[in-house]
Amino acid sequence: MKRDPIYGMMAEFDTAQGLLDAARKTYQSGYRKIDAYSPFPIEGLAEEIGFHHNRVPLVVLIGGIVGGCLGYWMQWWMSAVDYPLNIGGKPPHSWPAFIVITFEMTILFAGLSAVLGMLALNGLPMPYHPVFNVSRFAMASKDRFFLIVFSSDPKYNAQETRSFLETLQARSISEVPS
Amino acid sequence: MDETRKMTIDAEHAPVIEPGHTFATVTDKISSIVLTRPTSNGWFAGFGIAFLATMMMLYAIGYLFLRGIGIWGVTIPIGWGFAIVNFVWWIGIGHAGTLISAILLLLRQSWRNSINRFAEAMTLFAVACAGIFPAIHVGRPWLAYWLFPYPNTMRVWPQFRSPLMWDVFAVSTYATISAIFWFIGLIPDLATLRDRAIHPAARIIYGILAMGWRGSARHWHRYETAYLLLAGLATPLVLSVHTVVSFDFAIGIVPGWHTTIFPPYFVAGAIYSGFAMVLMLAIPIRKIYGLEDFITERHLQNSAKVMLATGLIVAYGYGIEAFMGWYSGDRYDAFTIWNRLHGPYAIPYYALLLCNIGIPQLLWIRKFRTSPVALFFVSFVVLIGMWLERFIIVVVSLHRDFLTSSWGMYYPTRWDWMTYLGTIGMFLMLMFLFLRILPAISIFEMRTLLPEAEVKE
Repeated sequence: MKRDPIYGMMAEFDTAQGLLDAARKTYQSGYRKIDAYSPFPIEGLAEEIGFHHNRVPLVVLIGGIVGGCLGYWMQWWMSAVDYPLNIGGKPPHSWPAFIVITFEMTILFAGLSAVLGMLALNGLPMPYHPVFNVSRFAMASKDRFFLIVFSSDPKYNAQETRSFLETLQARSISEVPS
Repeated sequence: MDETRKMTIDAEHAPVIEPGHTFATVTDKISSIVLTRPTSNGWFAGFGIAFLATMMMLYAIGYLFLRGIGIWGVTIPIGWGFAIVNFVWWIGIGHAGTLISAILLLLRQSWRNSINRFAEAMTLFAVACAGIFPAIHVGRPWLAYWLFPYPNTMRVWPQFRSPLMWDVFAVSTYATISAIFWFIGLIPDLATLRDRAIHPAARIIYGILAMGWRGSARHWHRYETAYLLLAGLATPLVLSVHTVVSFDFAIGIVPGWHTTIFPPYFVAGAIYSGFAMVLMLAIPIRKIYGLEDFITERHLQNSAKVMLATGLIVAYGYGIEAFMGWYSGDRYDAFTIWNRLHGPYAIPYYALLLCNIGIPQLLWIRKFRTSPVALFFVSFVVLIGMWLERFIIVVVSLHRDFLTSSWGMYYPTRWDWMTYLGTIGMFLMLMFLFLRILPAISIFEMRTLLPEAEVKE
């Protein structure tokens, strides 16, 4: 499949407020395939670009449940089924003694799921990405804010999108090659 | 009078960041320490000394592997000597880092943003030092992996009813979660360094570590969720870790160990010594790297207050131990307290009371809470006191238990001291490397504290 030589149209803003307002207007004017970039998390920005389904909590919940069950099952199977040892007359299946490791395994699996789940859902690591072709985008990790309309958006049109972004008081606008 | 009052109010409301900073200045100030500041002779000297101490530790451990733990002062009845004392001390120091990064995040204490990064690094390095001790203490350290449940030709499994097994899981989980929490916090800052590094090698290395982070709103949203959930998971975890460490003692029947006050008193003691270490690191770092704008008087004051509060909980723990020695009516418990006060280890016990209860009371006075030199001194004293506390718990409880015929004395050898001081060297060496190659303050979290970061819906 041949890739579109143009990845999208990118606008640069000076302030967090400017980006937030611009993102809202862009979404309201019918653009759906858009993204916003900022040097720190901005509250409410993800909602403005139409992102509502955050599945990280579900991944963590599943990870925690799996870890807890695995931890308890491991101790029960090893101490009571596979090789029961009588130590101090304690029953092989001493559930109160198994709680600590069950707890630790819950935390371990939930924590790893949080990190790996977040990275996987974000599609990271990703060594190459077209937005880095814009040289000014290096400022996105310092003090500048960027908004992009992807060329895959049905409403995308090089001329119209550029003139629309110009109405948002962007500092500069550039086409992003893919 | 009015003048004093005004100064009092100012100190109480000292800002988290000094006014006048912008996104750009915060970014430049913190990243330039890593990227453009020339490596000073002081850094090389400090790193060199710490490196030599690390080599001394490796030498001591190498000789230990050759000769066995007979080179240490441990004997029967004191089978747990310096190794366990140092293990508990180090893991306790680590706890403050998690408290700052996780618990204060959940409590929305935004002042933590300027100290959480290096406090987390401190946690990681302290846990690394702690982890050495149980592994080399097992007698046959090349078989230390037997601690983990893996399918083996002997077909036996670890003993899950033992608190020592709980400890293996608690500490290894703690090390893993601390490491990923720290790394996740670093990713956006690594992207900043990638975009600002001039040297191509630095750009490639930071670029690989940043994993292509580009600050997308979708990414930030998931990132913040994951970070918050990790904080929520790390909070009960950190409380559980020192609780489980205290179970290593409290589940046993040795007088002086077998007590229910241990879990809360261990956790409080851990945070106490951890904040002392945070202050001992923060005070020179802010001075040398000129970070007084970001690590302000407010941070020093708040840390001192946490130390004061946790120190009082520790003092309460000592009080309850003494009270229970009398109230339990158990002659062995009563003897343990008598032996601490009048036995051969009485001097370390009085030193402990002075270091952990006496001198830290200076922190009630504002002048001591706001003076970096005084705080540095008090923190140093607290670290010594907390080390003595573990020495008293481990050694003094073991050396005289039930049978008079099995009493003994513990004298640490030079190998004990070399290993202990060597881990301090390793800790400092890792800290020096961290300060040189990674941003010591979280840049993106500092940006969120600036007034220009505020947005209206």
